[in-house]
Amino acid sequence: MIAALTTISGEPPVTVWQTETEIPDVDLIVIPGGFSYGDYLRCGAIAARMPVLEAVRRKAREGVRILGVCNGFQILVEAGLLPGALMRNASLKFVCKEVQLEVSNADTLFTKHYQQGEIIRCPVAHHDGNFFAEPDMLRQLEDNGQVAFRYANGTNPNGSLNDIAGIINRNGNVLGMMPHPENLIEAAHGGKDGYALFSAALGLAA
Amino acid sequence: MTSPNDIEITQEIIEAHGLKPDEYERILDLMGREPTFTELGIFSAMWNEHCSYKSSKKWLRTLPTDGPQVIQGPGENAGVVDIGDGDCVVFKMESHNHPSYIEPYQGAATGVGGILRDVFTMGARPIAAMNALRFGATDHPKTRHLVAGVVSGVGGYGNSFGVPTVGGEVEFDARYNGNCLVNAFAAGLAKTDAIFYSKAEGVGLPVVYLGAKTGRDGVGGATMASAEFDETIEEKRPTVQVGDPFTEKCLLEASLELMASGAVIAIQDMGAAGLTCSAVEMGAKGDLGVELDLDKVPVREDNMTAYEMMLSESQERMLMVLRPELESVAKAIFVKWGLDFAIVGKTTDDLRFRIFHAGALVADLPIKELGDEAPEYDRPWRETGLYSPLAAHQVEEPEDYGAALLKIIGSANNASRRWVYEQYDTLIQGNSLQLPGGDAGVVRVEGHPTKALAFASDVTPRYVEADPYEGGKQAVAECWRNLTATGAEPLASTDNLNFGNPERPEIMGQLVKAIEGIGDACTALGFPIVSGNVSLYNETHGEAILPTPTIAGVGLIPDWSQMATIGGANNGDAVILIGGDGTHLGQSTYMRECLDQADGPPPPVDLLVEKRNGDFIRSAIRNGQFSACHDISDGGLALCLAEMAMASDLGMKIELGADNGPAHALLFGEDQARYVATVSSDLANFLCMNAEGAGISFRRIGFVEGDHLTIDDHLSISVKQLRHAHESWFPDYMDADTSLAAAE
Repeated sequence: MIAALTTISGEPPVTVWQTETEIPDVDLIVIPGGFSYGDYLRCGAIAARMPVLEAVRRKAREGVRILGVCNGFQILVEAGLLPGALMRNASLKFVCKEVQLEVSNADTLFTKHYQQGEIIRCPVAHHDGNFFAEPDMLRQLEDNGQVAFRYANGTNPNGSLNDIAGIINRNGNVLGMMPHPENLIEAAHGGKDGYALFSAALGLAA
Repeated sequence: MTSPNDIEITQEIIEAHGLKPDEYERILDLMGREPTFTELGIFSAMWNEHCSYKSSKKWLRTLPTDGPQVIQGPGENAGVVDIGDGDCVVFKMESHNHPSYIEPYQGAATGVGGILRDVFTMGARPIAAMNALRFGATDHPKTRHLVAGVVSGVGGYGNSFGVPTVGGEVEFDARYNGNCLVNAFAAGLAKTDAIFYSKAEGVGLPVVYLGAKTGRDGVGGATMASAEFDETIEEKRPTVQVGDPFTEKCLLEASLELMASGAVIAIQDMGAAGLTCSAVEMGAKGDLGVELDLDKVPVREDNMTAYEMMLSESQERMLMVLRPELESVAKAIFVKWGLDFAIVGKTTDDLRFRIFHAGALVADLPIKELGDEAPEYDRPWRETGLYSPLAAHQVEEPEDYGAALLKIIGSANNASRRWVYEQYDTLIQGNSLQLPGGDAGVVRVEGHPTKALAFASDVTPRYVEADPYEGGKQAVAECWRNLTATGAEPLASTDNLNFGNPERPEIMGQLVKAIEGIGDACTALGFPIVSGNVSLYNETHGEAILPTPTIAGVGLIPDWSQMATIGGANNGDAVILIGGDGTHLGQSTYMRECLDQADGPPPPVDLLVEKRNGDFIRSAIRNGQFSACHDISDGGLALCLAEMAMASDLGMKIELGADNGPAHALLFGEDQARYVATVSSDLANFLCMNAEGAGISFRRIGFVEGDHLTIDDHLSISVKQLRHAHESWFPDYMDADTSLAAAE
């Protein structure tokens, strides 16, 4: 993720240690993928209780853009910054493959460089990406246009309800998604479909 | 629960430690007294086959290990090879066979953890992993359970740690029914001026314990791995270690940070035989003694004895010799990463290995004799009988060529491995250029605009069994060929030699002849062995595995924009066969899958032709002349073409002609040193002229067209149908009713 952000923005991002209590002024906060604390308790559960997450919450309230990818999405959910839960994949297996995503809401800070309904390629790599929400919550997410990305054309890899791959908060400044757009941003990756998400989030040209 | 150190050493105890009577005599001679219980445990850990290579050392010495590109050959945690620009690649392959059979998830996971640690102990950041897995017959009741456990264990560790798994092998054969093989490979990148070694230097310096705490897991693991299996196998479960990839990830970051601080003089990871092996190696290599105070060792269980602490194989631990003036800097780094840091001893000048526990001296041993002067055997060996030549006309032709190809492509050993590799993170780190499913995994070198590294792992055990010398050669040649088929220049290799009980002359003969073949091929191809591992005693109830010398290699691609893949063919491209027509059906996949036979010698490898053809292929790829390239191996030309067609999602129209030999040999012959390339029609003549000029055997056999693979009037199968057969086997097998497995 650091390499991708460096490639796209032209400069390396500032990194912040988990025990920090302040986050500097930035355009975008990214919580990348990985296996924080080994995911032994529940994915993201311990990371969401680290001191830095308090600072992230503050920034979220201030309207700073926050992107959580994979484990980052799980941490945002555990931290209460996004609704729902990410359960074990329906297959009960880790899955790493390319899927197709439908841009279900192109009218967000993160997705505005895509067309509404556009289908993009994107890799996934996770063991616990099966999005779940109670029926009321699910309805709200749909009604409010909070579903940013949906697995398309039968490529749902994990059993997520409504094929949900990524959701955004009510204020529109926090996006969490299981797929890894940072691994499809240059020719070496075999495609650039993920680039537009970062260019939008960073306020760069499409 | 605790075993006092003054426990009497009986005949039974000596045998239980895997020590032979003459070895025990030697211990008595060395010490001039009876060893204590802890001392006996230490000898057993150091002198077992797994740690001492006592049966194989004599023969391993004959392998070529040098070359201008080699910075470090065998003898360290991993081999180191120069890739230019001040960078080097650090790699090794190691087996975790016995633990994986006993407890597949943790056995495989800690195999991955161990090999990653070997690589970052040298100062390298891991960038790629592979694994060569071999399981019993598909209808054996344990096979599904082992496949599921091993695959999720490999993924569970590698994915969490954050290294992409870019290649490997999965094979099934009844000869692995009682012993599966898990050979794990890892490679990392380091700077050539910042490589770290295990040789301790300086007297009176602190010996520091780093990483996770010591528990009772894995006690005696290395000794277990040096014995055959029998019905007591279930009792051996406690000898398997338990992995924690998150701690390993922290250990990686902390170790690299510590190395950058300049505090590290010597470093050794705790793998087999844990604290014992790491301390002895650091001391023996540096001609120093080591003193350890076990009361300082961080433990996670109460009342551990000296014996248990010295033999524990708890994971994610390191031992270092540090510069005393930087001790506080070092400690701060480890505290930040949440890891244990304890000074547990010091180096001495008297070449003794002394262990104190609860204030008492519990072991006092000569360190050199434990380490580099372990016993070495010249075991009796004899060559196995070879098969008589088998001409193609002696082998039955298939009634239906299409059915034969579909059968091969959908068979357990040749079907797609997607079910396996989709459970591995192949993309993490964002540098993967070629994923599993092609000839080699390719990862670009981060920080360099054009360079990439290719990785492949190969061996054809049925060839090695039929002729250990030719089979050994072939394993090296195929690995070299797979790297070449991406456009990489093969740099160096690592060998993981899996065999049965070396005390049986016919098994020892397989090992000796396979090493000879490996050595000859590595010399001829300029592909030295820079690291490796030997796993013997892979037997259950006296039945040995197929001899399996796995060869994993690394190649350098100077400019990845000019690499080849198996799937880049375009409509209208010419299809060119390089290296001659298929003639050899002995030990072929065709015979095994379609005739249920294993007869004849394996295909011989002409190393000069191999080199010449490979050099031609590499140069054509680097000049951008191929749209796709694939080597011909198992299943011959037909399987190669089918794989290329599926990868490109395009058909091919192939004409082999009736005058070039029997059709089944042309289609399914496994002659070596061969490739198929697709070339745009305007370059085809030029390429053929080049091949002719270079003295390369080549033939235009058709072109890329439509959506069917058509070969003369022998077969015509849609790419869709090929893919269905190829992709179905693995998921169908793993999802099938498991009542068979449950009935065990």
